[in-house]
Amino acid sequence: MIDSIRGTNLLSLDDLTKAAIVEVLDTAESFVEVNRRTIKKVPALKGRVVASLFFEESTRTRLSFETAAKRLSADVLSLAVASSSVKKGESLRDTIATIDALGIDAVVMRHRSSGAALQVSRYVPHVKVINGGDGQHQHPTQGLLDAFTIRQVLSERHDTTGLESGAELFAGLRILIVGDIRHSRVARSDVAAYAALGAEIRLCAPGTLLPDEVSTWPVTVVDDFDDALEWADVVGLLRLQSERGSGAFVASLDEFTFTHGLTVERARLLRPETLIMHPGPMNRGVEIDSRVVDSDAAIVERQVSNGVPIRMAVLYLCVAGSGEGPGL
Amino acid sequence: MANQDERQARPRGLAFIAKSQLMTGDDVARALRRMAHEIIERNHSLGSLSIVGLQTGGKAPATKLASILSEISGLAVDANTLDVSFYRDDLSRNPIPASSATYIDHDLTDRTVVLVDDVLFTGRTIRAALNALSDWGRPRAVQLAVLVDRGHRELPIRPDYVGKNLPTSLDEAIVATLDGVWIGTREAS
Repeated sequence: MIDSIRGTNLLSLDDLTKAAIVEVLDTAESFVEVNRRTIKKVPALKGRVVASLFFEESTRTRLSFETAAKRLSADVLSLAVASSSVKKGESLRDTIATIDALGIDAVVMRHRSSGAALQVSRYVPHVKVINGGDGQHQHPTQGLLDAFTIRQVLSERHDTTGLESGAELFAGLRILIVGDIRHSRVARSDVAAYAALGAEIRLCAPGTLLPDEVSTWPVTVVDDFDDALEWADVVGLLRLQSERGSGAFVASLDEFTFTHGLTVERARLLRPETLIMHPGPMNRGVEIDSRVVDSDAAIVERQVSNGVPIRMAVLYLCVAGSGEGPGL
Repeated sequence: MANQDERQARPRGLAFIAKSQLMTGDDVARALRRMAHEIIERNHSLGSLSIVGLQTGGKAPATKLASILSEISGLAVDANTLDVSFYRDDLSRNPIPASSATYIDHDLTDRTVVLVDDVLFTGRTIRAALNALSDWGRPRAVQLAVLVDRGHRELPIRPDYVGKNLPTSLDEAIVATLDGVWIGTREAS
């Protein structure tokens, strides 16, 4: 287990302790303040080079990572995969070697293969690798920002700042994750983060969309969706991932909506203080009704705006502390 | 909050072992009162003065200084706080300091800023603070108040208001709070 991500790679949340996660959340709190300033830029990563390699399409993760790197004063090399030599069949290894030869300190990468980030970290051990999503494996910064968003909303309700209340708000918090869990790297990172922070987690999905190894997760699987909605303090929805073949796992989209979609009728079962989350992009009308997204209980937009501070915190901790010498 | 400050004030993994106490809480209070008078003497108009305490050690003295200034002048003087973690030039050489909150609620353009810190040592924290301040506008002047000046400057920086000058050796450590000033060493706990 890792107690701090200072000067390391961030490949997965599975091996992070509560202390490591809380450190990222606390650091992100400082960056929320930086993002409120007129001049939203600090020189922490001046002279460092961060390469952004998105082999799979992305809007919010890529934009928020690049914004985060720029607000830390790093130089950003951004590879547009569609117009690069990857399209000519260049291998992952050669692409990384080429970019490394230009001199980089960190790579933020997304790839459709699970384990791609780990593989790259072995090719270039001197470069910090930050996983921006690998196949169905992990999406660490999404898990961190979901935990951060929950903590932020709850600490506002308790009228304390995040720093002081720490992670205690998560003790016994009841979190329900619904939908296409099998194909979701977000679900895997969310479960790791919430479990480390001490929350109680339930999963609800059609049997075909549950992962085979779910019995090894620190969760309870439940069948009665309506019952689980009444139980939950937080409901995390997931996108039905048609590009990963979800279509073959459900009879039809309508049936999925009927059994596991958060419709207006179902949303009435929720207690008024229950939070609704979705990592985006959303299939409005499939896993969540448009009117539910636009209700006050949904904190989807806050998840997006917390993307930049949480990614600044991750880049800062992983990259700024990675110089030579033991220090002190 | 007190625990938070205490934890962040010392480098990770090292504990402060006090050797002797050099100032009592009363001494510190008297020094701050004198510094407040010096600040008024030098600046005349307190209306354009901004007190900024550096996180984490400068926060308590800055708050105290602001309340003494309000008391003497009858004007409301507030203390703001500034965290310089992200502006340090030694991030890759030292463990990253735990960051804490910056709170500056007004534009500093044309204000006279008094930076407040507990101990002035190499001057690198102040260098970082000067860089950080420029993100909040262009102050008319920046002055520096410290509880203790322990020497060993590595940059051309000097304090305007000093609680006490304490010549030290490099392997000694100083802890300066509102409760007193101690000299000692840092050892692995």
